Amino acid sequence: MIAIYKKEMRTYFTTPLGYVFLAVSLFVSAFAFALTTYYSSDPTSNTTSYFTIMIFLMAIFLPILTMRSFSEERRTKTDQLLFTSPISIASLVIGKFLSALSMFLIYVAFSLINLIPLYANVAQNASQPNLALIVGNLMALILVGACFIAIGIFASTLTENSAVAMVITIGILIGLLFIYFINLLIDVPVLETIFEWLSIYGRFSSFTYGVFDIASLIYYLSLTGLFLFLSERVFQVRRLG
Amino acid sequence: MIEVCNLTRRFGNNYAVDDVSFTIKEGEIVGLLGPNGAGKSTTMNMITGYLSPTSGKVLVDGVDVFEEPQATKKQIGFLPEQPPLYMDMTVWEYLSFVHDLKNCEFNKKEHLAEIMGLVKITEVKDKLIKNLSKGFKQRVGIAGTLIGNPKIIILDEPTVGLSPEQVIEFRSLVRSLGKKHTVILSTHILGEVQAICGRILVMNQGKIIADQPTASFKQTIGQNNRFQVKIAGPQKEVQNLLRSIHSVRSVSCDGQRDVDAYTYIIEYSGSVEIRKMLFNELAKKGWPILAMEDVSVTLEDVFVQLIKKAEESPEFKANKKQGGDNK
Repeated sequence: MIAIYKKEMRTYFTTPLGYVFLAVSLFVSAFAFALTTYYSSDPTSNTTSYFTIMIFLMAIFLPILTMRSFSEERRTKTDQLLFTSPISIASLVIGKFLSALSMFLIYVAFSLINLIPLYANVAQNASQPNLALIVGNLMALILVGACFIAIGIFASTLTENSAVAMVITIGILIGLLFIYFINLLIDVPVLETIFEWLSIYGRFSSFTYGVFDIASLIYYLSLTGLFLFLSERVFQVRRLG
Repeated sequence: MIEVCNLTRRFGNNYAVDDVSFTIKEGEIVGLLGPNGAGKSTTMNMITGYLSPTSGKVLVDGVDVFEEPQATKKQIGFLPEQPPLYMDMTVWEYLSFVHDLKNCEFNKKEHLAEIMGLVKITEVKDKLIKNLSKGFKQRVGIAGTLIGNPKIIILDEPTVGLSPEQVIEFRSLVRSLGKKHTVILSTHILGEVQAICGRILVMNQGKIIADQPTASFKQTIGQNNRFQVKIAGPQKEVQNLLRSIHSVRSVSCDGQRDVDAYTYIIEYSGSVEIRKMLFNELAKKGWPILAMEDVSVTLEDVFVQLIKKAEESPEFKANKKQGGDNK
């Protein structure tokens, strides 16, 4: 697992992939941050809309990290090395997941720079930035990110074409995010309950109010676990043919 | 060391490997011979645990590959048909990754240095793998399989794409590996197994059709004695004369004329030396022999022989009869 983790981290930093992800997502998030706080029509220190936008942007940026995960191994036949080595498939999947998660955490750490002006400008701000709200949002962002990565890794096990893996991932993510909005339109109680359960964004909104919701935490962790488990199953099933 | 019991693998309705059984003892170098699509790679993939069998099992040292994959995988070094290399790593980085991946207990620096010396890649250790030639890439692949000193080494078509001198070098490498490891290699080149392996398993259409030591294998296929001879003289008459010689089984001529000479392929039975006879008869007629050479046995010939043999066997006939009855 550690070997795989190290190898993946190395790949992120020796190929353009990692840099592209960090550069693009940091640039866009800085932009989004500025537009939603100081430069919005009503300047505010409330970061909720910033984090909401980030969730949607991550549905596009995180697949860049995960698209090659297993599809590239399969395309170059290096999966034969991995699957004939004396390590379990589960530890392969987890190693890959953790490396992508680390990249995401690096991004999150850098994106904290955005918050500095918020505190520096406290004097001019009408309101003090709400630390609890920021921490809650950050946690939710990381949880949702982990979920997205797990889904991306699952998609990359399905195909040997990384572009296809990326499209599948974005498809699933956008679908899961937009369920929330579809849910606002329908009026069938049963469907509403199911959709509410599936909606990644719906769960996120409680964090944006600064409420720490144990149910949501478990929801995100289990969704992440589910997709990692499914990834492992894909290989078991493929082996059986 | 390795026991393969009734191994079967189906892809859809197609049996890639069909009820294959064999045992390999420690220290053997076994060649898996067969045309493309015979099921060699599939068999190897199942021994290494990359694929699961539809039915049957593989035991390594008495341990089932699919029940305890991690224990058995540690014993096996596998080089697939296409070496599993990461092109954007240097040779050293790659080998050190494989070392970590296999969770090897040897001292990394010494172990890798030893292996790189053995397969002669020390001088390229800091080069990116993508910049290496095909022969070097193959050697890096082999180095990877040797890491951790596995007891069993499995090589799938290891000489494809190598230059003739690299092939010769490779063969001596495999022979030296055979002293310490059990080696299985697959190929579709007959000369290769004869040159390296002590034992030959022939596969065709997912079945093992021959399993013999190399020495007796030569006898099996040696019975088909053929040679090619170029004779100056009238084609029809020469052909008739050749046919009249005792123990000549068949004479064929491609009809390609070279001035006044034709090339004939003569097949004779038994161990009678007919070349002298041929010379004398032709000398009497005044038709000179311009060239004579053995026709080497090709893999196709081997298959024709082996399949014919299998069909003649009582077992096959019984099966066939049974099949007929079922209809």
